[in-house]
Amino acid sequence: MIDQLYEWIDNRLAISRGGRHLLNKIFPDHWSFMIGEIALYSFIVLLATGIFLTFYFVPSSHDVIYSGSYAPLKGQSVSEAYNSTINITFAVRGGLLMRQMHHWAANIFVGSIVVHMLRVFFTGAFRRPREINWMVGATLLILAIFNGFLGYSLPDDLVSGTGIRIAFSILESVPFVGTYLAFFLFGGNYPGTSLIVRFYIIHVLIIPLIILALLGAHLGMLVRHKHTQFRARGAREDNVVGTPMWPGFVAKTTGFLFLITGITALLGAFVQINPIWIYGPYIPYKVSYAVQPDWYMGWLDGALRVMPSWEIHLPGHMVPNAFFPSVLLPGVTFTLIYLWPFIEAMFTGDRAEHHLLDRPRDRPLRTALGCAVFSFYFVLFGASATDVLANYLSVTLNLVLVSFRVLCIAVPIIVFFVAYKICLELQGTPGAGQRKVHNVVTRSEGGGYEAAPAAQYPGYAHPELEPVPVDDVDFVSALVEATKEPEAPVESSGVYRIPREYR
Amino acid sequence: MIGLDAPQFEVAARNPRRAEKAVLLSFFISLLAFAAFGGAFWVNASNMWLGATLGVGMSAFGYGFVAWGKYLMPRGPFEEPRALMTVEQEERDLIVADFASRGRVAIKRRSMLALMMGAAGAVFGVVAIFPLLRSLGPVPKNALNTTKWRKGSYLTTVDNEHVSVNDVEVGGILTVFPQDDVGGALSQTVLIRLQQSGDIVTEPGRETWGPNGFLAFSKVCTHAGCPVGLYEELTQQLLCPCHQSMFDVRAGAQPIFGPAPRPLAQLPLYVDSSGYLRAQKGFDEPIGPGFWYRGGTT
Repeated sequence: MIDQLYEWIDNRLAISRGGRHLLNKIFPDHWSFMIGEIALYSFIVLLATGIFLTFYFVPSSHDVIYSGSYAPLKGQSVSEAYNSTINITFAVRGGLLMRQMHHWAANIFVGSIVVHMLRVFFTGAFRRPREINWMVGATLLILAIFNGFLGYSLPDDLVSGTGIRIAFSILESVPFVGTYLAFFLFGGNYPGTSLIVRFYIIHVLIIPLIILALLGAHLGMLVRHKHTQFRARGAREDNVVGTPMWPGFVAKTTGFLFLITGITALLGAFVQINPIWIYGPYIPYKVSYAVQPDWYMGWLDGALRVMPSWEIHLPGHMVPNAFFPSVLLPGVTFTLIYLWPFIEAMFTGDRAEHHLLDRPRDRPLRTALGCAVFSFYFVLFGASATDVLANYLSVTLNLVLVSFRVLCIAVPIIVFFVAYKICLELQGTPGAGQRKVHNVVTRSEGGGYEAAPAAQYPGYAHPELEPVPVDDVDFVSALVEATKEPEAPVESSGVYRIPREYR
Repeated sequence: MIGLDAPQFEVAARNPRRAEKAVLLSFFISLLAFAAFGGAFWVNASNMWLGATLGVGMSAFGYGFVAWGKYLMPRGPFEEPRALMTVEQEERDLIVADFASRGRVAIKRRSMLALMMGAAGAVFGVVAIFPLLRSLGPVPKNALNTTKWRKGSYLTTVDNEHVSVNDVEVGGILTVFPQDDVGGALSQTVLIRLQQSGDIVTEPGRETWGPNGFLAFSKVCTHAGCPVGLYEELTQQLLCPCHQSMFDVRAGAQPIFGPAPRPLAQLPLYVDSSGYLRAQKGFDEPIGPGFWYRGGTT
């Protein structure tokens, strides 16, 4: 039955031609290649939970009287958006779980993109021929942050409403076109009535579509270039060493999808996120204490806080304060990210094609620069909690703010030199960063001692083995071989004896 | 060619039996947990039950796959060849030349058609941005420079009550609106009654703006537009909870700390013959955060 179906399709699409090539596609085994998968799978969780939420969410700013089961809100006038979100939370079966999973998955999505990007940066995987894919990835990060912010705004609760107000002010601050941008996006002066409707359709349709298209391009280019790999035995510029797609990698990556889903479900069950029923509906003249955005907007919020109160006044015009930390800073940040592969090539003069990765320590300048710049954003992120820190440490707000102003300049400088030094030290240390192999010492009956290196953790790439050209292998026989009963019972000592000739 | 007895074809697990058991067990756990999830959903159990059963089920299911792929497959490593992306110049020249000459012939022989096609496309390209400019929203015009506060507007509470001099206790604050825009995001104004009685002068030229110890300021922060909602009576300072700007009320809400660059706009007040607080006129400057067309150098 399946055979016939496959035959029917194959005779129309010729899937079998080149199919074996696809089955044999090699995926390197290094753990750091998994971070991008986390991003991909949290996006799938986002789509699935997001579709559930669209069935119940009402994107409207119209006021209704809340009459649901949550007593503290009863009789209050709230927007339909807020009302429906409360209903998803308390009335829809599984609604709260889906909401919290969606929010957690969004945080994980952006987080894993950032970590993935750092991995690509520090290992030099952005170099030729992957500059275009680096820029596609940077675009995906921007879209993920944007869409996260839009989604966070949709419930129309007190905290997110304040965020929208700030977003309007930020748009407004752009020279020349800012006021027009703000009025066109919000459908008029703040608050307008169309922003929920518009944010909704941008959040659920427009940006996800662009993300999907760019994801396709990102993965398409990955298949075209094939994976980068670290230097190891048998790894060259013109090959890829690792696990074949089918069945080894498919099993692992499918498992990964379910693991990510499982972890977001556990987070959704036990770690409360965005409890909008506690925040209350958005009322423009109300505001709550300790207003913080989602973590990925933290650096912008921190930048808004530490920016000194400067503005530029021109005859009849002005460049408002908010422009510098919230338009100029991200603008410069992402321009630098986009251009980095070219900037680096300009300085190093290295324009050759690279498929073997750098160890961060071997490129101390790049590593130190990357660490310094990242620490700058990390300090800004910390600065988004000035009020909380002042309260927690029982010091004045003034002290905390001034400290952060100093830290955002001092920390990157210190980090730069420390990271540079660590790179040099690591270069001088043979075997640094490599997994240490323990020795297992056994005492024989006669009282003698014998030491043998313990087994490597299973599943890791074994540097002692020569890679086997996958196209030469009859994989079915190999699998049959692998499923055979071991001839000798395995010792329980955990010692795996590596045959002498491969040691 | 390497024989199948090479260590590359052994499974990665040290003890395949144990790995098999682990995979089997995790799939079994996921089976139980998925069934429990169904049950929990059916009886509408709490969020924690739903999430815990789904989470454990998915995690165990996933672990089973990962362990199977990681421990029970030939451990490799395997390799496949990779073609470099760098293309030979001749190969490129060939395709570029072909593309260009086909196009040149097709267009040059029919240059009038190409011209007209280009013109039509260009017109549509321009027209296509009209909806963005004409229907997404109104043009700002003067909207950001004015509020609903007018000469004689009553200071009105959110409950639609006009505020009289007796409605605010000494040292207290109240959020007020003009009577025709109660709850308005842009006309929100904070009314403060200071400890001092008599007229409060925050700045020269504002001699009559603060009658009987009352002062009123726009509640929209000049930094990023948050409501400046916190008032410290002791120091007579307003604090914006978003980015911690502080304003000295007595000095005309001058910013004294944080990122806010300009004072909050002050609303000139008077007390009418019935004791109600009213606005002498609207704000004399645009309220809230700055924008390119704001001008002025306050």
